[in-house]
Order: sequence, then structure tokens, then C-alpha cells
Amino acid sequence: MAPEVLPKPQMRGLLAKRLRFHMVTAFVLSLGVAALYKFGVADKRKKAYADFYRNYDAMKDFEEMRKAGIFQSVK
Amino acid sequence: MMLPKAAWSLLLRKGGRGRRGMHSSEGTARGGGKTPPYTNCYAQRHYPMPEEPFCTELNAEQQALKEKEKGSWTLLTHAEKVAPPYSHSMNGNTQPDLQDFKGFLVGKVYRLQFNETFAEMNRRSNEWKTVMGYVFFFFGFAALVIWWQRVYMFPPKPITLTDEWKAKQLQRMLDMKVNPVQGLASRWDYEKKQWKK
Repeated sequence: MAPEVLPKPQMRGLLAKRLRFHMVTAFVLSLGVAALYKFGVADKRKKAYADFYRNYDAMKDFEEMRKAGIFQSVK
Repeated sequence: MMLPKAAWSLLLRKGGRGRRGMHSSEGTARGGGKTPPYTNCYAQRHYPMPEEPFCTELNAEQQALKEKEKGSWTLLTHAEKVAPPYSHSMNGNTQPDLQDFKGFLVGKVYRLQFNETFAEMNRRSNEWKTVMGYVFFFFGFAALVIWWQRVYMFPPKPITLTDEWKAKQLQRMLDMKVNPVQGLASRWDYEKKQWKK
């Protein structure tokens, strides 16, 4: 019974191949995650704070809180 | 499930030991990772080169082959490399029949040293389904036990966890405007007195 001849597997450069794949993937993934964080979290938060404080009136806020009765020093 | 049913039933009946295990005095030799004298029996993926060869008691034909193996391997015949060492003899060192199905490309010399090829040794199994089944079953059982406990055993809630206290607590937090930029108070509509949509 003659066995079929398998194709010769890759004998050399296995580490280099693995390293290249994983370096590229790691690079792409890290940059991707960093970009997503910058836009999705950091910039969004900065904008939220800017929008909140653009027209913020501290005294008006204080009066609302005082009327709600949460302070002990001033009623 | 690469093996035919006959081979599987044989393997399961022998408990994975092969005929060697039934006659040896070592008891159940279940492969590497156990305490001596079991450690040297079967190769595993994490233990690929055991100290003891698989077949230690060789008949004359096998001993002759071992002698031949000490020389140049180019002198080994095609048959010795390719034919399986199929043997029905009742000494303790024959292979389980699964080799007939998978071992036809692996020769006698290999089979004397090793029980299974890498492909056989690393075969998948369906054990994970059993494991997950047990895990989920005990999750459910634990849930039932805790439910019973909640109905019959738990004391009354502390006052701070009752619904009315929690409602008053939430109203106070909204009055204080807790986290007004991105958090709780930013989700509350103070004009309409309801949560923002």
C-alpha cells in the first residue's frame, strides 16, 4: 500500500512568521483601542464638561439646592 | 469522533489503558501527571518523551527490530516503517485496536516506543459538554437552594434597603445634583421631573 506523499511542512522561520503576525496585530489593535478610547471616552467627556460649564450659573444652582432643603447651614 | 464505533467501544471498555493495563500490576495507568509508578506510562502533549518505552517486553521479532533500529535508519524497510504492528498475542504489550484505523501510516518502530501518534494523543473529545452540563446543573441547583432560603430563612431587610427609604435617598441625591455632568443628575430632567429619555 503506497501512502500518499504529504506536502513538506514549513521547516524554518517559524518564529519569524509568528512574530511578524503578532507584532502587526498587536500594533494595529493597540492603535485601534487607543483611538477608540480617545474619541469614545476622552473627547466625549471633555465635550460634556465644556457644554455643562459654558452656561453654568452657580448661584442659580445653589438656590435650587437650598429650596430643596438639603443644606444644614442655610434654609 | 474520528474513530469507528468498534474502536471507541473497545477503548472505553478498556478505560483507555489498552490490554497492557489489564494484565499489569500497576493498576489503572492513566498517563502522565500522576504519582509513580504511573508517570512513565503514556506520552502526553505536555510530556512527550516518557522515560520508559511503551513496549518493554519484546518478543523475538520485536527485539530483532530494535537491534536493527540501532543502526542506520535508512536500512529499515518500508514495511517496518509503514506497516502497523498488528498483533493478537496475549502478552501485556499489544496496542489497542484503534491503531488499525489510524496507525496504518506509522511503523512498528514507532509503536514499540510510543502508544499513540501525536494525532491520536491529541484527539479532541466531547468531555467539555459533560463538564458544562454539570456546571449548569449545579448553578440551577444552587439557585433553587438560595430561593428557598430567601423565602423561609432570611430576616427582614434593614431599614435602609426598604423601597421607601431608597426612594427618599434617590430624591435627596437628585436635589444635591450628584454627578451633574455625566452621571446621575445629568439623566434627570428637572423641569419635567422625570428621567430624560
